[in-house]
Amino acid sequence: MTEPAVIFVRNLSKHYGPVRAVDGISFTIARGATCALLGGNGAGKTTTIAMLLGLLLPTSGQIDILGEAVPRHRQRVLPRMNFSSPYVDLPQRLTVAENLTVYARLYGVRRVAERLAVLGRDLDIAAFFQRPYGSLSAGQKTRVALAKALLNNPEILLLDEPTASLDPDTADRMRGILTDYQRRSGATLLLASHNMSEVERLCDQVIMLRAGQIVATGAPRELIHRYGRKDMEEVFLDIARGIQSGEVLE
Amino acid sequence: MSGISLYRIGALALRYLYLLRSSRIRIVELAYWPTVQMILWGFITQYLMTHSSILHQAAGLLLSGVLLWDVLFRSQLGLSVVFFEEMHARNLAQLLISPLQPIELIIALMSISLVRTLVGVGIAVLLAIPFYGFNLFALGPPLIGFFFNLLLMGWAIGLLVSALVLRYGMGAESIAWAAIFALAPLCGIYYPVATLPGWLQPLAWTLPASYVFEGMRAVLLEHAFRLDYLLYALLLNGAYLGLGISVFLATIHQARERGSLLQSGE
Repeated sequence: MTEPAVIFVRNLSKHYGPVRAVDGISFTIARGATCALLGGNGAGKTTTIAMLLGLLLPTSGQIDILGEAVPRHRQRVLPRMNFSSPYVDLPQRLTVAENLTVYARLYGVRRVAERLAVLGRDLDIAAFFQRPYGSLSAGQKTRVALAKALLNNPEILLLDEPTASLDPDTADRMRGILTDYQRRSGATLLLASHNMSEVERLCDQVIMLRAGQIVATGAPRELIHRYGRKDMEEVFLDIARGIQSGEVLE
Repeated sequence: MSGISLYRIGALALRYLYLLRSSRIRIVELAYWPTVQMILWGFITQYLMTHSSILHQAAGLLLSGVLLWDVLFRSQLGLSVVFFEEMHARNLAQLLISPLQPIELIIALMSISLVRTLVGVGIAVLLAIPFYGFNLFALGPPLIGFFFNLLLMGWAIGLLVSALVLRYGMGAESIAWAAIFALAPLCGIYYPVATLPGWLQPLAWTLPASYVFEGMRAVLLEHAFRLDYLLYALLLNGAYLGLGISVFLATIHQARERGSLLQSGE
């Protein structure tokens, strides 16, 4: 049985004057899916995620998340979703525990200490709960940022390059944590990534963007087959360089 | 808009209290300038009392002025500096994608500004008692009206300054310090508004603080409580605070349109 769509996007555009950062994209993501938003720098990935979060107002188009229109009813949806990105920080001077406590309360988590204990164990961050966030390594910060994103057990988790700047071991552990969370909670994951092996491992749906438009969609295996390549890395290069153009979806 | 949540406001206020707790220097800094000002003006008062009949009549005129001025200054700074912390920490986007509503952010900023003002000015007020035998609380119940009116005006300016920095970036941060000092000569902190040139006086009367300081002088010199001054100040503060909140909310909306929230602080 097909799961209902929890993210529904129709003709979404964001223009900055003459620049079309996102240009009339449409897609749906089913409940429980793990979807990758791919594309080169400036393709429109972060812009799309920012619009889904209500952090950026679309020029035109429609976004429905969990049955609610965004950005109009974003306050109804935000407690049920969360976001992690290495490009958005947490206060450096606060300790990890203080940061997580503040965000747990902002997300309406009631048993904060219990939730922190669970995340501390699952993400292996309890050892540096009392350290200032600013004193952590990049890998530790990414794990804390993910802990913040999991505080409210989100039904939808948006991730902007979740393993950027991580060493292979830490990146692999992060992917394991995400897979485990997705399996246990049935959450929907949407991630922007430049790591194609990560996409192959985690995702069952891919949306390829170029110059603000969707140029290909499908499962990773399906795209590899369609483009006659051996992996997603090669498919990505083809699409990003326009060597073998994908179909522009209406 | 969903209902305002005290739980979320409390969460954000907790964030600022954690920040304050994390650095003892910050707590000392809160009280440092008000105390230095108080000490300086205390000595000036002692010197002038021997030469000025008006100061002899109301010895606390200058000290009351400087301490109440600090309420205005600290409340404005307490709001805008805490907001700048979010921008420096690149935390604003995180906050605005959480269920926290912008109006709750404003209320949290006001709450922490109140705490910072009470700590900063409160210490100076208490130290003035043993240092100069001056007790600000001798102003009596009108002091409550003076305090809240200055607090409201500080918040209104703080919100306008914060909106300016959100719009034009951290380069505009120095305005937070400069804005309030531009108004200081007009507020009649140490002298009556009537001292100002005629053409400046109407401008002075558009500032709630002018009514507060005139009201303060009425208490100290004439032992009279001017309720009309307090009501004018309150009325003006209602308008300015409404303007400050509207501009701040509109600037956040505009930042959402321009896509500048993800870049804030960089």
